[in-house]
Amino acid sequence: MELNARIPSGPVDKKWENHRFEMNLVNPANKRKYDVIVVGTGLAGASAAATMGELGYNVHAFTHHESPRRAHSIAAQGGINSAKNYQNDGDSVYRLFYDTVKGGDFRSREANVYRLAEVSLNIIDQAVAQGVPFAREYGGKLANRSFGGAQVSRTFYARGQTGQQLLLGAYQALERQVRAGKVTMHVAKEMLDVVVIDGVARGIVTRDLRTGKIERHAADAVVLATGGYSNVFFLSTNAQKCNVTATWRAHKRGAGFANPCFTQIHPTCIPPSGEYQSKLTLMSESLRNDGRIWVPKDPEDKRPGNDIPEDERDYYLERLYPSFGNLTPRDIASRRAKEQVDAGHGVGPLENGVFLDFKHAIERLGKQTVEERYGNLFEMYERITGEDPYERPMRIFPAPHYTMGGLWVDYDLMTTVPGLFAAGEANFSDHGANRLGASALMQGLADGYFVVPLTIGNYLAEVTPGTVDTSHAAFADTERAVTDRQTKLLEVDGTRSAASFHRELGRIMWEHCGMVRTEEGLRTALKLIPELREQFWSEVRVPGTGQGLNPELEQAGRVADFLEFAEVMCWDALTRDESCGAHYRPEHVTDEGEAKRDDENFSHSAVWEFKGVGEEPVRHTEELEFPNVPPSQRSYK
Amino acid sequence: MDLKLNVWRQSGPEDTGGFVSYDAKDVSPDMSFLEMLDVVNERILETGGDPIAFDHDCREGICGSCGMMIDGVPHGPKSMTTVCQLHMRSFEDGDELTLEPWRASSFPVLKDLYVDRTPFDRIIASGGYISVRTGSADEANADPIRKRDADAAFDAAACIGCGACVAACPNASAMLFTASKVAHLAHLPQGQTERYSRVLDMVDTHDSEGFGNCTNHGACQNACPKGISVDYIAQLNRDLFKATVTTAAEPAGS
Repeated sequence: MELNARIPSGPVDKKWENHRFEMNLVNPANKRKYDVIVVGTGLAGASAAATMGELGYNVHAFTHHESPRRAHSIAAQGGINSAKNYQNDGDSVYRLFYDTVKGGDFRSREANVYRLAEVSLNIIDQAVAQGVPFAREYGGKLANRSFGGAQVSRTFYARGQTGQQLLLGAYQALERQVRAGKVTMHVAKEMLDVVVIDGVARGIVTRDLRTGKIERHAADAVVLATGGYSNVFFLSTNAQKCNVTATWRAHKRGAGFANPCFTQIHPTCIPPSGEYQSKLTLMSESLRNDGRIWVPKDPEDKRPGNDIPEDERDYYLERLYPSFGNLTPRDIASRRAKEQVDAGHGVGPLENGVFLDFKHAIERLGKQTVEERYGNLFEMYERITGEDPYERPMRIFPAPHYTMGGLWVDYDLMTTVPGLFAAGEANFSDHGANRLGASALMQGLADGYFVVPLTIGNYLAEVTPGTVDTSHAAFADTERAVTDRQTKLLEVDGTRSAASFHRELGRIMWEHCGMVRTEEGLRTALKLIPELREQFWSEVRVPGTGQGLNPELEQAGRVADFLEFAEVMCWDALTRDESCGAHYRPEHVTDEGEAKRDDENFSHSAVWEFKGVGEEPVRHTEELEFPNVPPSQRSYK
Repeated sequence: MDLKLNVWRQSGPEDTGGFVSYDAKDVSPDMSFLEMLDVVNERILETGGDPIAFDHDCREGICGSCGMMIDGVPHGPKSMTTVCQLHMRSFEDGDELTLEPWRASSFPVLKDLYVDRTPFDRIIASGGYISVRTGSADEANADPIRKRDADAAFDAAACIGCGACVAACPNASAMLFTASKVAHLAHLPQGQTERYSRVLDMVDTHDSEGFGNCTNHGACQNACPKGISVDYIAQLNRDLFKATVTTAAEPAGS
């Protein structure tokens, strides 16, 4: 597997400009001769499809939802970063670049991150022009808020629904191109394989989720914008249908998978309430601005939070990190919470949470101010738990949230399979080993509006359009592979639901490849996963047939892929014998108990090559260089 | 707690469908309504049956995928709450509940509680956007927008497209859905250029998709899990009236 990142020449702040000048262009009159497939219609996919439609390409956009607007970007709460410096507080493109590289604990590619910071300016312009109702000040100008990992105020937001509003903006732009005839929208169609001919991506095979029909679609290039894989943990903040299927099947067809073990755990989610729990709900990180996190000092203390006197509480973050206190970065806050629960200090009926207490904030600011700041979050908390956070402390616990790993891409966002691109959370591009808050929306839209639509031209200019159609033997072969797998799933005819296997896989991954990864634990997981996979293929029950709507069949296919993917995640965590960002190996900690990087041996992205299900994959590396942001040890004491 | 569910089962769009009863036993009040259905489904599956199909995804009330009638009420008894955020503590031990899909001829039933809401996409495609090419936007802070306009635009834009308004309406009208987008964009200076062509096109598509007209029952507002106000329908009607009068007076193509 050849890994050529094809980083443009010149100083970091000129690379994107140079590249735009040097790259191949497709003549406006020729663009209509090219067909481009976009899979996924979240922020990255919808914005890419809309923009490529505007440019003149024939775009075919696919979503497994009934509507592009249902993609999980819709659920993002907090905001989107941009280096506008409207606050005059010293922000700049360079500072956003610097913060992102440092926040990623020096495991991302400088050139890509700089471009991200650069185009962050255009994203806000674009969104405002589309009518995205960002928060504004009384003078009518755009408002900003602060977010973790930065000392400037650069986050734009639309109440607690920034993702929703940005996605609706991109969705509307997409629907405009549907009306213009430049985008053909394929709803309720799930991509089940990539068609690769002579090493080049030439199309996809899909299943129509309503009729069950397996279909072939040919194109001159394919863009995957299919999101992340946090649902490998079963319980995560992701939506139920989020999956690894598209990227995993692309990986099996030759696309390198980079840093799969880089998964982010969000510290402030509502803890599970029982075995039936289907997902975890995130509560915005902003709560940590005024809430104080604590546990009872005595693990045997089972009194309700309000009955525990001050001197019997341990405000452990304030104790351990006097300068950052409750505002330590996500990875640290998460690990420390787990440490407390593991040591028996957990609170709530299942003893699986820590307190996030607003009593002092209410005393200091008054209930009204607290309500203005967090009212909607408090309501959501009460709706889910039945407890009133104004009267008693909230209970929170970390949950899997975002995946920094993904398909390896070069500077043009092309995977190791020519013609196959990956955008948004589906690629591994910009966040290194840890993503900063409010940067996911930024990256999705940067890739979709401003990067892929241009860089795809650099590829297509060298391709003769329409050379392959769906009658090619490779399409028939790929379709057969998809059909065979589906038949196999339906024929197992066991007694257990796919969900029950998913739950079990989630437990293995959370236990051994979650917030803390030990060599022993990872080796255990690598033994348990193939066993569980074998059980799945002999005991799962998928009712019904391949015809018509069959949600159980959809779910079983996704779980089957997670059962394969989970192994490479563990291999990655095992072989990255260092701690960095969200990847925490207790064998490698600083004297202060924090993640300790090993730059000498691991200043690289690990890129995995598929060798067969159950076979040990091959690890390749892309060395990383940091001429602009010299690596340093993070400290939040 | 134990409940009895009378669930609409329909194997496909062509099937006539009917009610089937299920026992939901040992339900925890901390479960969400959909988690309760997950458990019922798992039992159905383990005993060789075909689980109840319903659409759902984010389970935090924002994607708009879920929705069903519980005892004739869209999204069930708790106001401003989608069915995925409805918890079983809203019910009592021994309750008997009737679950049905959205009922509207424009939303054909695909299976059980699962309906097809793609007409909503076609309403948006007919004009629910501002025409601005990527890259052609002005500097974001060039034009101030009054906070109250931005807030009003947001209130309208909060629609999640779940279809509860259609299900609640005796005419199966999608006017609240359509009006929320019309009002969102009409409140913003960016939305003015296409304001009147937008409302004409969107209402035209709304009608041709077979949704009924609005006769001011207001059931949609009560059913809306995001609290979208029927005032936006009044605003749509004003814009529609003005657009009908002014465009009729303008030469074609202007």
